[in-house]
Amino acid sequence: MAGDDKDATLSVGVWRGDADGGEYVEYSVPHRASQTVLDVVTWIQRNIAPDLAYRFACRVGMCGSCAMTVNGRPRWTCRTHVDKVARNGRLTIAPLDNLPVVRDLAADMAPFFEKWKRANGAFQGGETRDDPIAEVRPDEPERKEADAAIECINCGICYAACDSVRWNPDYLGPAALNRVWALHNDRRDVARDDRLAAIGGEGGCHLCHSQAGCTAHCPQGLDPSGGIAGLKRALFRAALKGTV
Amino acid sequence: MNARREAYLYAAQRLTALIMAPLVIGHLITIIIAIQGGLSAEEILSRTSGNIFWAAFYGLFVLAAGIHAALGLRMVAAEWLGFRGPLANWTVAAVGLLLILLGFRAVGAVI
Repeated sequence: MAGDDKDATLSVGVWRGDADGGEYVEYSVPHRASQTVLDVVTWIQRNIAPDLAYRFACRVGMCGSCAMTVNGRPRWTCRTHVDKVARNGRLTIAPLDNLPVVRDLAADMAPFFEKWKRANGAFQGGETRDDPIAEVRPDEPERKEADAAIECINCGICYAACDSVRWNPDYLGPAALNRVWALHNDRRDVARDDRLAAIGGEGGCHLCHSQAGCTAHCPQGLDPSGGIAGLKRALFRAALKGTV
Repeated sequence: MNARREAYLYAAQRLTALIMAPLVIGHLITIIIAIQGGLSAEEILSRTSGNIFWAAFYGLFVLAAGIHAALGLRMVAAEWLGFRGPLANWTVAAVGLLLILLGFRAVGAVI
């Protein structure tokens, strides 16, 4: 295995540039055992290019800030071993797709979170601190449906993997809609019809082609595509009832 | 209101696909049977003239195809050409209507 060879090197193409454009710059990086793609990026910044911009925090797949495009696919770089993705000792690393670039490998997440706001992605309860705590049983059908959507850490990988976002930048995208599916199945929430109206119009859930790139790439194993299909059914029922 | 329209259009797209699936199969089977031993205008007209079943079969087919094609074009125009909004909606509606009118004209000619 190359990782055991002290002299082995990786040839790494790293996208360098800013919002106005950029290009891949080639670096040679020592290949180590159990090396992650984030290790490679960090090595380049510490040893060759101190001005290389990238983003990370936890290094253990909890914070969702180190997502980048590795060999053409969006991934958490901290949880991606080089040995699993390098092809003939070669890596290409770029910022996440479908988002503006701040600089180098740091994508601008502002449009991503703007869409969460547009989708009305905040929980809206109808009770006060004086009411008893709502009991939501794990075996309730709605609670089970929400399993497809909760535990999202907002890394943006599904959004970068989505062709519908690529084709229509106004599309809310899988992450925001996934959040709505979680809230739609939360019976404590009192804004569910308002939220359906917010995600049913222009740029809404009907732009999803169910290609399921989001579900295929989600590192948390969530199913945004399934949730979006559920939202389409919910919207049709709401349209028949006249609540949207 | 916008959400309701999109929900109905989405349902219409799926419903027309559902209608067309068996009609396409029926149409293909009819073609295969009809061309056995040659095909002539007289033979086609003798099968279709005054036949309520074939009028309904192809009438429904034309209606479903017109609606389905228009909604599909709406999505293609939005994604590939960036052509969206009221003008795009009216344009694809006109295309759908044209398809339906031409289709009904063809159905009327053989019934």
